Parts: sequence; structure tokens; C-alpha cells
Amino acid sequence: MATIRRTASVLSVAALSTAALAGCGSGEAEEVDTGDISGTITYWASNQGASITEDEEVLTETIDRFTEETGVDVELEVIPWSDLQNRILTAVSSGNGPDVLNIGNTWATSMQATGAFMPWEGDALETIGGEDRFLQSSWATGGAEGETPTSVPLYALSYSMYYNTEIFEEAGIEEPPETWDEFVEVAQELTQDTDGDGSIDQHGFTMAGSSYTNNAHQAFIRGLQHGDTLYTEDGEPQFAADGIVAGVKEWVDLMAEDEVVAPGDAELTNGSESVQQVASGDAAMVFDQAPGNVFNNRDFENYEAAPIPMLDADAEGIEATQSHVAGINISVFENSDNKDAAVAFVDHMTSNEEQSYLNQEFTALPVVNEVYDEEEAFQTEEIQLKQDILENHARPMPLQTSEAQMETTVGTAIRDLLADAAQGTEISEDDVRSALEDAQTQMD
Amino acid sequence: MAAPQGVRAPREERRRRRREKKAQAAVANQVVQTAGGGWRTRIFPYALIAPASVMELLIHIIPMILGVCIAFLGLTQLTIGNWTEAPFVGMENFIEGLDPAGAIGSQFYAALLRTVAYTLISLALAWALGMFGAVLLTSKVRGRGFLRTLFLTPYALPQYVGAIAWAFMFNQSDGAVNRFLVDDLGILDDRPFWLLGDNAFWVLVIVTVWQFWPFAFLMLLAALQNIPTDVYEAAAMDGASTWKQFTTITLPMIRQANLVMLLILGLWIFNQFNIPYVLFGSGSPDEAMLVSPLIYEQSFNYWNFGLGGAMSTLLLVLLLVVSAVYIRLVMPKGKQLND
Repeated sequence: MATIRRTASVLSVAALSTAALAGCGSGEAEEVDTGDISGTITYWASNQGASITEDEEVLTETIDRFTEETGVDVELEVIPWSDLQNRILTAVSSGNGPDVLNIGNTWATSMQATGAFMPWEGDALETIGGEDRFLQSSWATGGAEGETPTSVPLYALSYSMYYNTEIFEEAGIEEPPETWDEFVEVAQELTQDTDGDGSIDQHGFTMAGSSYTNNAHQAFIRGLQHGDTLYTEDGEPQFAADGIVAGVKEWVDLMAEDEVVAPGDAELTNGSESVQQVASGDAAMVFDQAPGNVFNNRDFENYEAAPIPMLDADAEGIEATQSHVAGINISVFENSDNKDAAVAFVDHMTSNEEQSYLNQEFTALPVVNEVYDEEEAFQTEEIQLKQDILENHARPMPLQTSEAQMETTVGTAIRDLLADAAQGTEISEDDVRSALEDAQTQMD
Repeated sequence: MAAPQGVRAPREERRRRRREKKAQAAVANQVVQTAGGGWRTRIFPYALIAPASVMELLIHIIPMILGVCIAFLGLTQLTIGNWTEAPFVGMENFIEGLDPAGAIGSQFYAALLRTVAYTLISLALAWALGMFGAVLLTSKVRGRGFLRTLFLTPYALPQYVGAIAWAFMFNQSDGAVNRFLVDDLGILDDRPFWLLGDNAFWVLVIVTVWQFWPFAFLMLLAALQNIPTDVYEAAAMDGASTWKQFTTITLPMIRQANLVMLLILGLWIFNQFNIPYVLFGSGSPDEAMLVSPLIYEQSFNYWNFGLGGAMSTLLLVLLLVVSAVYIRLVMPKGKQLND
């Protein structure tokens, strides 16, 4: 009897704790008044620069300006990408999170489904100047289609192909490849044993094979180029659709069949590691979103950007996709007890001045249209190329609540295929299809 | 009539004893009063253990109960913002996690078997190295102090730091291991992958043994130092070889410490998460996927907290059963301890 009483009392404590932890659900959007704000807010920023310290320095400047204008103090924490999603999930489950936070824009729909973030409508939307101020492609990533977005764009990014101009010049290649076939051909030509010791020391292309996000992005982009999407129009996953299989096969073949990627790339977990290989001359080309900081840190200037090759240089519609609409969004936590100040902070971060400052520091693209016309820094060839990609050759990653899981399952399946390829296993189309089918069963 | 001598003490003696008893009782009473009186005395021991009990409840017991509760819920990203709204799914998560024909169930069983193999191999190697080091340093070898410090270094290093260093060393293209084996010694022609494929499992074992053998060494060294040296001297005089002395004196005399150490170390290794996470990132290769990282993957990569909770509960039950059997059958009982 005593045991039962003891068990019951422990369970009741647990139940009370659960109730306390759970007292955090989503609520109705409140009225926002940013006219009279004070106090302190907490801001979780994603790591955009070469290091956490560098990000802190950059963001402290913009935060100081906000504090000076409004009197609101901001407690900043820059969180590495590897931890950000877990930290957000923990905050959502405990109801004890920051007031403002950055998210990868491809997570926006999954995060929206938790109900833990403030919808951007009414006063809040008015405060940040309305959606027309923003690049439409970036704005579309704020949440599920047809629903009020729960995040607004902060930094815009897109994939481009970056290549080492010195290696291209030495090989007498004047123009970057436009089509996939040309790209593979050029990559093969540039895969060389430059010092004559019998082993390849320069590869035509480099990739972060263990980065599941990079792999998932390529499945999306290459799949679209082959005319297939990862989800049906009804929102059902179709990871093993013919187009996706063909696209993923092309990606894996760069290592398996074309042999233009070093097998060691299968171990790279971070995109910046492959960018460094281009800077060091170990590889000629890489697909990346914002390699500027890595190149700058190595004082490397011999590079140029070009569009990601398409199957056909004249492709149109979804076959002309070169990138997903990449970028970072900013959200306000629904449980914030200083929502007025939080909204004012988002307004500050998306203002023309701060957009100009932040995106120059982080080598990203502003998310507000006006900045492109006002600032000379955003009229360079590289920026104009990226702007063109975002406007004409980019699509948001699937706006499905299971998007984050899709990135994990599909990206991990491709990572495993690349690992097999690196160890000399031949990868057939059936292997790719089977891996993607297995990935899909994980979603059921 | 006076009582016969030796049967009953004389009256004076009995009075003296009564006086002594009263005096002892008065002293005892004095002590109790000094300690704080009746109810305070009763509460005192509970007050002493209360902070530890509260912390134990908060850090271990409640999360464990919550974990078991979560296992019966369909807790995903849709409901994580408000746990109370998560639908009750009964045994669904357990069925999914335990179905050997399903994608997740088959992964779970494979990871479980792999974890058992990993634990047994790592434990055996860590124990053997620890025992070797402890026996070596119990003898009068030169530089004992230095060697003791050197042997304990891996245990003193934070787990993350050690595992990161190993990850660099096992890198295929420019890691120290391949440089040594391929470039310097020329034992291998091609640079093998250590962090991918089948080798990943053995890398996991190597790093785990490196990390944990100093603990085995420390525990065994302490136990060995309690064995009186004259036992060995007597055995040596009787002509017992070193191996004979080890098997008939050393092992039996440190049996109790040995068994406790094996249980603790076994549980630590079985539940290992940090080493695979640092070596392979948030998703281990299939060949090196252990149960703890699999639970993490289901919970945080796929956002299926209910399924992760079900796997954790199954693991908890399994470890409880194994530990209970081990304690019941192998560990020394109270009587043996007193012996």
C-alpha cells in the first residue's frame, strides 16, 4: 500500500511538472505597440560569419544602435548551426525561449506547425513595413502556403557555382560550364595529378558529402531540373520519383562514376570545408551559398561565381531551377513577455540601414528591395547574379510541415550513397531508388 | 537466607550497576537534547538527505517518468508546443519501434545487437588494459608516478576534446593515422576510410577503450593496493609462478571491486552517446549506429519524440533487467562482503 502511495505521489509530481512545462501553447496574435518600449529582450542569432566571435562583434554594433534608439537592452547569443534546431525545439517544448530568434528559412513551415511563433499580421506586419518591402521569393519562405507567415526574411542566399579562376586559366578554360554535361566534362579535365607523383591532387569539383542539408538541397534542385518534385501537389512525399532518382544519381556519380570529387569529401560535414578546398587549389569548383567569408579569411581573391549548370542551357520552368530560395528568417517567440520590443527589434534588423550593414558583413543578400538600388555594394556582378537566380531560377524548399524531416531522411540517404561510392562501391540507379524509398518509409 | 555465591550478585553490587545504568541513560539523554530534542532528532536524517533526494527527483526520476509517459504519446513537432494536446497512441510507438519487419524496428534491433557487441568488446579491452596497467604499477617499476599520471590523462580530458582529436586523426585524406600507416610505414597502399563503413565501428571501439580504460585502471589499482604483499611472498616461496599468483591470489582478492567496476563501466559504455556524436556528427553511419544515437536521431532529427521515448523506455527496461540479474547472480551478497 505504501508503495502504491509513493508511486502515486511521484506520478502526481510528474503530472504537475508536465502541466507546468506544457503551459506554453500557442495563442491568438496580440496587438503590438512599439511606440513605448523598454526592458530587455533575448536574441538567438544563427552563426553567419567565419566564427561565433566574429558574429558577436558584427551583431553587437547593430544591437547597440537599437538600444540607443529605443532604450531596450538585447541579450545576444550566437548559436552554431549544429545546435540551433535542438535549442529551438527545447525552447518550444519548455515554453522558455528567447524573444527573437533566427531560423533557417527551410525550417519555417515545420517550425510554424509547432504553434510557438508569432504570426506576422496586423500591427506587427505594419511595424516592419508590410510584405511588399521584401523580396517576394524570400517572403514566400515565411510559412506554409496560404497561412500567415510566422517568420520574416532576414538574410537572402542562393546557390551559385564558385570556381578557382587560376585553375581555369591554367587549363585554358575561358568560360564556366553552362550545362550539366559541360560541367562534368570540365570537372574531368580539371581532375589532375599536378605534381606527377601518380596520385590525383587536384579535383574538378568538391562537395560536403556528409552534410545532409547540402545533399537534400541538391536532391531538390537536381530533381526539379529533371522535372520532379519531392512532394506531390497533395503534399505526399515522392522521394523516389524518376526525376529525383535521376538527379540524385547525377550528384552521387560525380564521385562514383565521373570521379571528379575526392573520395575524402564523403567525410566533409560542413560546406565551408569544401569552399576551403577551392581556396587552397585542391578543387576547382564548388556549389555554395555564401563562401565570401571563408575566401576573405584566406585572402583568396582568384574566384568567380556562375549559375549552377542546368541540363539544358535554355531550360524553362521548374527545369530551370538552379537553387532553392535559401536564407535566414527571423521570428518572434509567441511566449515572449516583451513582444512589443521584440517586434521593434525585428523592424530594426530588417530596416534598410541594418540590412545594408548586416548583409555586407555576412556576404549575404538584403531581403528588402530598396537596399539594392540605394547601395553600391549590392550592385556588383556577383550580387546581381544571385539576385537574378533568386528572382528567376529559385524555388522555396517544399512548404510542408515535414520539410525538416525530409531534409534529414533524404540528405542522410545520399550521404550513405556517397560513403559507399567513396569506398569503391558501384552505385546503380536501383541503389539510388532503393535508398530514396527507404528514406520515404521513415516519414510514414 | 543469603543467595549462594556466583548465582546472584550481592545487593551492593546490584545497586552499583543500577546507578551506572542510570548515569549512562542520563548522558545519552543529554546527547539527544543537545542534538535538538525529540522531533528534531527524527527529522535530522531526512533533512540531511533531502537536498540530494530533491535533486535526484528533478534530474533523474521525473525526466525518466516523463520519458515513459512520452512513449505513449504521438509527440511530434505539431504537438511539442503543448504537450497536453499530444494524442494518446497507446502502444503504437512500441509496436513501431519493436516491429522487426518495419524500417525503424529493424534499425532498432540492429543497433541493439551492435551496441551489445560494442559494449562487450570495449569492456573486455578496457578491463585488460586497466588490469595490465594496475599490475604493472603495483610492482616496483621505475617512473611509477609519471606512468600513473600518463595513464590517467585520457580520463582527465573532457570526452569531447579527446573524441575531436581522434576524429582529426582518423580523417581519410590528411589524418595522422593514414599518414602513419600509408605514407610513413607503407603498410597500406590506399588510404582507408576510418569514419565510414565497417571501420567506423572499430574506431568507435578504439576511442571508447582509450577513453575508459583509465577508469578500470584506477579502480583496479586501488583494489590491488589492498592485497597484503606477504601473501605474494609466501606464494613465491612455495614456487608459484607470476601467472599462478595472478589467477589464484590477485583475481580472487579483487573480485568484489572488479565486479562493481565492470557493472558501472558496462552501463556507461552501453549508454555511450558523446563519442559517436563527436566522431560522426548527428547521424552515425549505419555500421556504427548505437542505440543512444538512434534514439537521438529519432527524437531530434526526425522530431518523433514519442518513438524516441518508446525506444528509451525499452532500453531502460532492458538495462534494469540485465543489471538486476547481474547484481543477483554475480555481485557479492552482504554475507560474502562481511566474509
